[in-house]
Amino acid sequence: MRIVVCVKQVPDPSAVIYDIDKDTKRLVREGVPLALDPGDEVSLEQALRLSEATPDSTITVVSMGPEKATEAIRRALAMGAHEGVLVSDSQIAGSDALSTAKVLAAAISRGPYDIVYCASESSDGYTGMVPGMLAELLGLPLLSFVRHVEVQDGRITANRVIERGYQVIESSLPAVVSIWTGSDRARLPGLKGVMSAKRKPLEVLNLEELGLDPATVGESGARERVLELTDVEQRAAGIIVPDDGTGAARIADLLQKTGAV
Amino acid sequence: MVAEHAVWVYGEARDGRLTPSTRELISRAATLGSATVVLLGVRAEEAAENAGRHGTTAALVDPNPAYDQHLTTPAVEALCYLIRERRPHVLMFGASYHGRDVASRLAARLDCGIIANATEIERSGEDYRVTAPWGERTIATCELTFPGVRLVLFRSKAFSAEEKPSRCEVEEFQAPLSAEAKAVRIVETAEEESGGPSLSDAGVVVSGGRGLGDAESFRKVEELAQLLGGAVGASRGAVDAGWRPAADLVGQSGTTVKPSVYIACGISGAVQHMTGMKNAKVIVAINRDPDAPIFRSADLGIIGDVNKILPQLIEEVRRRKEW
Repeated sequence: MRIVVCVKQVPDPSAVIYDIDKDTKRLVREGVPLALDPGDEVSLEQALRLSEATPDSTITVVSMGPEKATEAIRRALAMGAHEGVLVSDSQIAGSDALSTAKVLAAAISRGPYDIVYCASESSDGYTGMVPGMLAELLGLPLLSFVRHVEVQDGRITANRVIERGYQVIESSLPAVVSIWTGSDRARLPGLKGVMSAKRKPLEVLNLEELGLDPATVGESGARERVLELTDVEQRAAGIIVPDDGTGAARIADLLQKTGAV
Repeated sequence: MVAEHAVWVYGEARDGRLTPSTRELISRAATLGSATVVLLGVRAEEAAENAGRHGTTAALVDPNPAYDQHLTTPAVEALCYLIRERRPHVLMFGASYHGRDVASRLAARLDCGIIANATEIERSGEDYRVTAPWGERTIATCELTFPGVRLVLFRSKAFSAEEKPSRCEVEEFQAPLSAEAKAVRIVETAEEESGGPSLSDAGVVVSGGRGLGDAESFRKVEELAQLLGGAVGASRGAVDAGWRPAADLVGQSGTTVKPSVYIACGISGAVQHMTGMKNAKVIVAINRDPDAPIFRSADLGIIGDVNKILPQLIEEVRRRKEW
C-alpha cells in the first residue's frame, strides 16, 4: 500500500494566539513556536496503523511551506513515515486553499499512490477546503470526516462523522481520505524514531521543479482579496478568580441572575 | 438602480424539512436579491414547500435518489450543471459536513475562489463583500476577485431565520450525473442521539473537556446539564478520549452553539473550540490553569479543581431550585 499523508507546519496551537499581520494580511508565523499540526498527527497515526496492518506499505509525507517546515516533516518521519517531500518556494507565500491544493496535488502526482490522507482542516487557517479540492484536482473520490478505515481487496470502507451520528461509506481505491480531527490520539515519536528520521529521505522542491506556473498559485493566483482587517469586538473582561471555596456559589449566583436556575 | 442579482442557496434538508442553517441562509439571501434554493434528493420537493416562508422566490429541485445514496459528487455535478445553464451571482452554503465537502469540491471544479467561515455578506455596488473571522482576534472583509459565481460558505447561526412569506415557484430539473459521481456509496446512516435538548438550539450548554480526567467525572457534566434543562457538549479532548460521541463536539469541527449560558468544565479553550461557542451570551469557565485561553472569553472564571467545584455547583443549583 502506497500511502501519502499531507501535513502542515503551523504556529503551535497549544502555545500561540493566532494573530494576523495587518500589513502583509497573513498569519504571523515568525518568532512563534511552530509544530506539526496536531490534526495532521492524527491522520498520520491512522496512516501508520494502516501501514502496519498491510505488508509492504510506504508512507510519504507531503507538505508545502517555508524551508523551516522540514522540521515538521522530520517529526512525521520520527513518528514512522518513510520519506518526505516539501514544496518550498517564495512564490507560494499567500496561497489560498485552492492554490495550496494545486501544489499538493502536483507533488502527490509525481509518484504512484493508493491512498491520500489529510486532516479535515488545519489548526491555523481552518477553512477545511483543501481535502475536497485536492480530491477534485486528483480526480479521486473523497471519503471525508473519517474516524477509521478498513481496506480490503482494493476497496475502502470508512466510518464518517455527521452532525447527529455517523455514516458508513465505501469506494474503490485510490481515494483521498480526510481524517476527522478528533478521531484518534497520535503516538509520540520514540528516541529510535527521532534518530532514524535524520537518515530518511526528505526532498525539497520548488515550483519549477514541480512544473507549476507561479502565476496560478501564491498571492498572484489567489481568488480572494482581503480588503480590510478589523479587530474582533472583545468581550468585556470577566471576573476570573481562584476558587476559595465560594466558586460554586458564585456560579450559581450568576446562573440565577441569568434565569438559568 | 442596481440590477437585481440571482442569489442562490444550496439547501439541505433532513426528513423532508429544511435544516435550520438553510433557513438562516435563505432568509439572508432574500434580502440580497431574488433568492433561489437548490434542493436535491428524493424528499427535495417536500422540503421546497416551506422555502417560501423565508422569502425565497424559486426552488430548483432534482428528486434523483443518487443524491441520497452517494457522497458529495452528485451534488457537485448538479450545481455545476445549474451554474453553467443559469449563471447565478452568488451561491451560499452552510458549513455542515456535507456543505463543506460540496463547496470545496465545486470550487476546485470551477477553478474559482471560495470564502469559508463567513459570517456576513453585503452587496457593494455590482459586487459583494464578505466578512469572516481570521486568526483569533481579527475579522477580514474580503471580496472574490474571480469572475463568475461567488461561492461563500457560512458558519451556522451567522444569520437568523426570518418569517417572510413569499410565492415560491418550484421547478423540477434533472441533472445529468456521470458514473464517477457515484464513486462513494453511503452504506449506512446511524444516529447517536444523546438525549435532552438539541445541542445547537439549547438555551444552556454544559461542556466538558480533558480536564475532567475520566469518563466517570464526565457524568457530573451530564448531571448539571440535566438539572439546568440544557444540552451536553464536549471539547475535542473529551471526544478523543471516548467520553462522549462525536455528535456532542462543540467547535469548528462540530456544532456551533449560541446559548444564553455556556458552562465550560475543564476545557482549556483552543481556537477550534472557541469558534464554536464564543457567541454565547454568558460564558462560565472552570479550569485549573489560570492561563487557559478560555478565561479570556469568560464572564466568570473559577480557577480551581473542576472535579471539586462541579459537585458543589450541582448541590448549590439543586438547593436553589428547591426554594
